[in-house]
Amino acid sequence: MITKDEVEHVGWLARIEIDEQDADSYAAHLNTVLEYFGQLDEVDMENVDPTYHVMDVVNVFRKDVVTESLTQEEALENTKSRQDGHFKAPKIM
Amino acid sequence: MAYHNPDGVMIGLEIHVQLNKLNTKMFCGCSTKYHNDEPNSHVCPVCLGLPGSLPVINEKAVEAAMKIGLALNCEIVPQTQFHRKNYYYPDLPKGFQTTQYDFPIASEGKVFIEGEDGEHVIGITRAHMEEDPGRLLHIGSIDKSKGTMIDYNRSGMALIEIVSEPDMRSPKEARRFLDKLRNIIEYLDVCDTTLEGAMRFDANVSIGGGSRAEVKNISSHKGAERALLFEIVRQKNLLRRGGTVVQETRHFDEARGVTISLRTKEQEHDYRYFPEPDLVPMRVADRTAKVAETLPELPDAKRERFTKEYGMADMHAKALTSEIRTADFYEEVAAKIDAKICTPWVADVLKGELNYRDLTVESFKVDDMVEIIEMVTQDKITEKSAVDVIRAILDSGGSATDIVKEKGLIKVEDDVVSTAVLEVIKENEAAVTDYLGGKEQSLNFLVGQVMKKTRGRADAVQAREMVLASLNK
Ligand SMILES: [Zn+2]
Repeated sequence: MITKDEVEHVGWLARIEIDEQDADSYAAHLNTVLEYFGQLDEVDMENVDPTYHVMDVVNVFRKDVVTESLTQEEALENTKSRQDGHFKAPKIM
Repeated sequence: MAYHNPDGVMIGLEIHVQLNKLNTKMFCGCSTKYHNDEPNSHVCPVCLGLPGSLPVINEKAVEAAMKIGLALNCEIVPQTQFHRKNYYYPDLPKGFQTTQYDFPIASEGKVFIEGEDGEHVIGITRAHMEEDPGRLLHIGSIDKSKGTMIDYNRSGMALIEIVSEPDMRSPKEARRFLDKLRNIIEYLDVCDTTLEGAMRFDANVSIGGGSRAEVKNISSHKGAERALLFEIVRQKNLLRRGGTVVQETRHFDEARGVTISLRTKEQEHDYRYFPEPDLVPMRVADRTAKVAETLPELPDAKRERFTKEYGMADMHAKALTSEIRTADFYEEVAAKIDAKICTPWVADVLKGELNYRDLTVESFKVDDMVEIIEMVTQDKITEKSAVDVIRAILDSGGSATDIVKEKGLIKVEDDVVSTAVLEVIKENEAAVTDYLGGKEQSLNFLVGQVMKKTRGRADAVQAREMVLASLNK
């Protein structure tokens, strides 16, 4: 069972503010989802390998060759919050 | 004598090695040579985490990871893949770090160090691949910070995180382990350890079987030793006062030499690791033999070969092989000068002078070393003068030949010395009588006078012998 507290904690982890009413409703929704997983748990998976990727492909690599990067101006183009060639974020700690 | 570890200290280390010798980052083609460039000028949609961008693994980064794994005597895993480690922090533009989780590329290795009581084995739990986050700069001081500036040039650089077992029993052993690890990494030529941020450390410390504290933000070997010493004393004092050590993360403040508790609300399970759907698994164990062939001779093997091939003491072999540059330098000298003669000159004299000045062997030329030793063996300069020449080159540059000329260090001919000896004996009758009467110190005085007359260019041992010979006639 997912509680309201857990919903609020997950919200905090994702830096999303969730008000109390919503938290109750999300908890109910998430519990329905969890029930589906409960059904999956009943399937016998004894001789099935875990799936790490939906495509049956391995070893996709690239050579260690430099390609062109964006310019600083292009990199910062989508933000208004910048300073001295840097992205600027609210203070942390 | 066995080391008893009176406080039951257990130290484990996590070392991040940045693969800055690669041309490109881990998952994109951005250049790794950003160290002297403008912020955010080595970035692209992949390492900025823009929507719709797709990472592709740098094959050379995988090879480098395997090299490191093999050099640490690890097993290479048959199949591995990347995971997303989810957390929100401005240094991670995607909101997650791409890393390895339950199948690190290499695991279960070991490294041998000089421990408190002789050879000591440090277990290597795992070595895994991950990407470096961006770099954060605080505007103003930390407590009055007005904001954070972010440079993503470092974002997406390939990192190898090496995790050791808690097998170190003192800060000194931790430092030895870090030194050894750095040497191995340098031998492998995968990381320029002199670049800023090339190697970073976290440490786990516990005493007497208690809870362990994790110390983060250690950036130098010296810093590691200081941080660990502080942390051990802190835990001991806490226990003495009847407190208990709690499991927590602490931040090392290098300037003040203290560790500070960090309140983190995130727990391991909060990272919600899951397989990275944008990258397919890797199956590279069958390449192990091929990668192993590219491994250079590593420090332990080189040390053993030096004792056999050059007939030197293990102490010398260890000093010469601890850095690959010194080992290469020595072998170039030994190709021209008999090992018996050149070993102490490089291992004791040159290395001592370099250490004293905090310099590396790159500050000295092989040709100068060869010339200096040859001048000594050909009796052109004294051993003392040779040391002076080495010091002069390190302190103010120049070539051996020029310095010897400038300082007038060419040894004076024997007959000049014998003339000086005769003169000194004639001029110092009292001292001669004293010596012949049994006063040993007078001999030193006479030899000193000879050195003075020849302005120090005579060989002191030889001058002494000549004075003695004349006196005993
Ligand atoms: Zn990039």
